[in-house]
Amino acid sequence: MEEDYILEAKGLVKEFRGFVAVNGVDLKVRRGSIHALIGPNGAGKTTVFNLLTKFLPVTRGQILYQGRDITHYSPARVAQIGIVRSFQISSVFPHLTALENVRLGLQAKAGGSFAFWRSGALLHRFDEAALALLEQVGLREYAKVMAVELPYGRKRALEIATTLAADPELMLLDEPTQGMGTEDVEAITALLKRMAQGRTVLMVEHNLGVVAHLADRITVLQRGTVLAEGTYAEVSSNPEVIAAYLGVAHA
Amino acid sequence: MTRKQWFLLLGLGVVAPFVLYPVFVMKMLCFALFACAFNLLLGYTGLLSFGHAAFFGGAAYVAGYAVKSWGVPPEIGILIGLGVGAILGAAVGALAIRRQGIYFAMVTLALAQIVYFVAVKAPFTGGEDGLQGIPRGRLFGIVDLNDTMNMYYFVLAIFLLAFWSIARIIDSPFGQVLKAIRENEARALSLGYDVDRFKLLAFVLSAALAGLAGATKALVFQFASLTDVHWTTSGEVVLMTLLGGVGTLFGPMVGAFTVVALHSELSALGSWVTVIIGATFIVCVLVFRRGIVGELQALAQRHFWGRREANEAELAQIEQGSKSKP
Ligand SMILES: Nc1ncnc2c1ncn2[C@@H]1O[C@H](COP(=O)(O)OP(=O)(O)OP(=O)(O)O)[C@@H](O)[C@H]1O
Ligand SMILES: [Mg+2]
Repeated sequence: MEEDYILEAKGLVKEFRGFVAVNGVDLKVRRGSIHALIGPNGAGKTTVFNLLTKFLPVTRGQILYQGRDITHYSPARVAQIGIVRSFQISSVFPHLTALENVRLGLQAKAGGSFAFWRSGALLHRFDEAALALLEQVGLREYAKVMAVELPYGRKRALEIATTLAADPELMLLDEPTQGMGTEDVEAITALLKRMAQGRTVLMVEHNLGVVAHLADRITVLQRGTVLAEGTYAEVSSNPEVIAAYLGVAHA
Repeated sequence: MTRKQWFLLLGLGVVAPFVLYPVFVMKMLCFALFACAFNLLLGYTGLLSFGHAAFFGGAAYVAGYAVKSWGVPPEIGILIGLGVGAILGAAVGALAIRRQGIYFAMVTLALAQIVYFVAVKAPFTGGEDGLQGIPRGRLFGIVDLNDTMNMYYFVLAIFLLAFWSIARIIDSPFGQVLKAIRENEARALSLGYDVDRFKLLAFVLSAALAGLAGATKALVFQFASLTDVHWTTSGEVVLMTLLGGVGTLFGPMVGAFTVVALHSELSALGSWVTVIIGATFIVCVLVFRRGIVGELQALAQRHFWGRREANEAELAQIEQGSKSKP
């Protein structure tokens, strides 16, 4: 059934001056699921994200979201209709406080942001919700701290809180646990599990432990094409995947 | 901005003409307004325009012409300047915002050169001589602006009102998004902010306020000249802003006062002024990277608030640690 899928990409192709980074990727993300996109370095995972969120124009292919063709939408429009992404490298507003960071997510959702004549005191109506989100990611004590001063793991938690604040139906997370110590990875994994309730998550993740724990479905990408798709059990027993993905990891 | 700061600014503005030449202070106020308008773009949106003289000078010409040839009252002339700045800003902004960084600066410079060219060639600008003999007229048909003190308080009122507006814009929900764009454009976009439209509106507001400054200047000096639209004026406003402290509320004002004062103090030295101001600028950029006000703020923060905030964060961390390891 079509409605089962919140997002559908058909035959996505992205060429960079002759180099084909994404080569005919088909991807279907089931509503309410956590879907992982994995694959070796340079497989084209981030590029797929950039195509889905329109940060890069597609060379060929089609993207459907809730049955709507969004192939030629602008990145802002894509976010407004409910697809909010995060970035592979930590991506906060460095010289704003943690509270202000999260408020920007809430403000994006609420609208009215062109009101240059209105008082900034208006933004305090978001404070309560922002603090609640900070609480959920364990950052309440840091509400008044500049994002730039937060340790790395907490920056990533702040990013997730900000993404959640925009209240997306579909969250695209590009390696949320990258560069973290085991403790932080566990905290973020638990957080994502909780946050995913009632949402759909498409995530790029290198840490297979996290993938095994979280993902309902996995797509393996290699050199711009889909190598395999299925549950963790299916994918991890696929000899091609073991050769390509695990082979690289163990090399 | 705090109430105390407002009263200080108002107090200084009221007594200044008794200490310094009123015309000199008016010049300072016009350029301070110009720099504050520019800072809205560079300091709070992260866009470097190298064509702001087009809005300042363009508005000076049109407002001057309207007052002189159509006989509109001064307050309407000033508003015309604001409108001209906005319209030119919309045109230049629409073409420039799609470019990033240095390309953005280059497009604004190129378009500003077109305005300069028009000012040189158009019949109504007076060419090399400039537009001279702009009458100051009567404010609301009552207050004679030929009286220097009347003119001064009119300019002060314009300045304070515009400065208040800028502070308000920076503080507004819109201003918050501008800061987000300055801090991380891609992230702002990914949250659903239509970044180009925010930039365009910021550009128009900044240009309108620069136009306001230009029109006011035309009334004060009763002429508009090619210098007002020249690229060196665009450069000067960049310098004032960086010198005073980009992205601080008071920095551009302090920078503008400093540069105008240097110009007047050193005017006897002729073309050496440019060299001295250039050298001052280089020293400042190398030594006080945050500008005068920026450095002072950083200093104050290190000595007072900084310590307290650090303590709070430390405390929070300790609390956090004791929670996670019971
Ligand atoms: N803007 C670009 N211009 C040219 N080539 C690019 C561009 N972006 C990505 N590529 C290339 O496309 C390929 C896929 O890159 P991508 O970043 O999508 O990989 P990835 O799967 O996210 O890898 P990683 O695990 O390292 O993040 C790489 O070979 C990369 O060099
Ligand atoms: Mg990547």
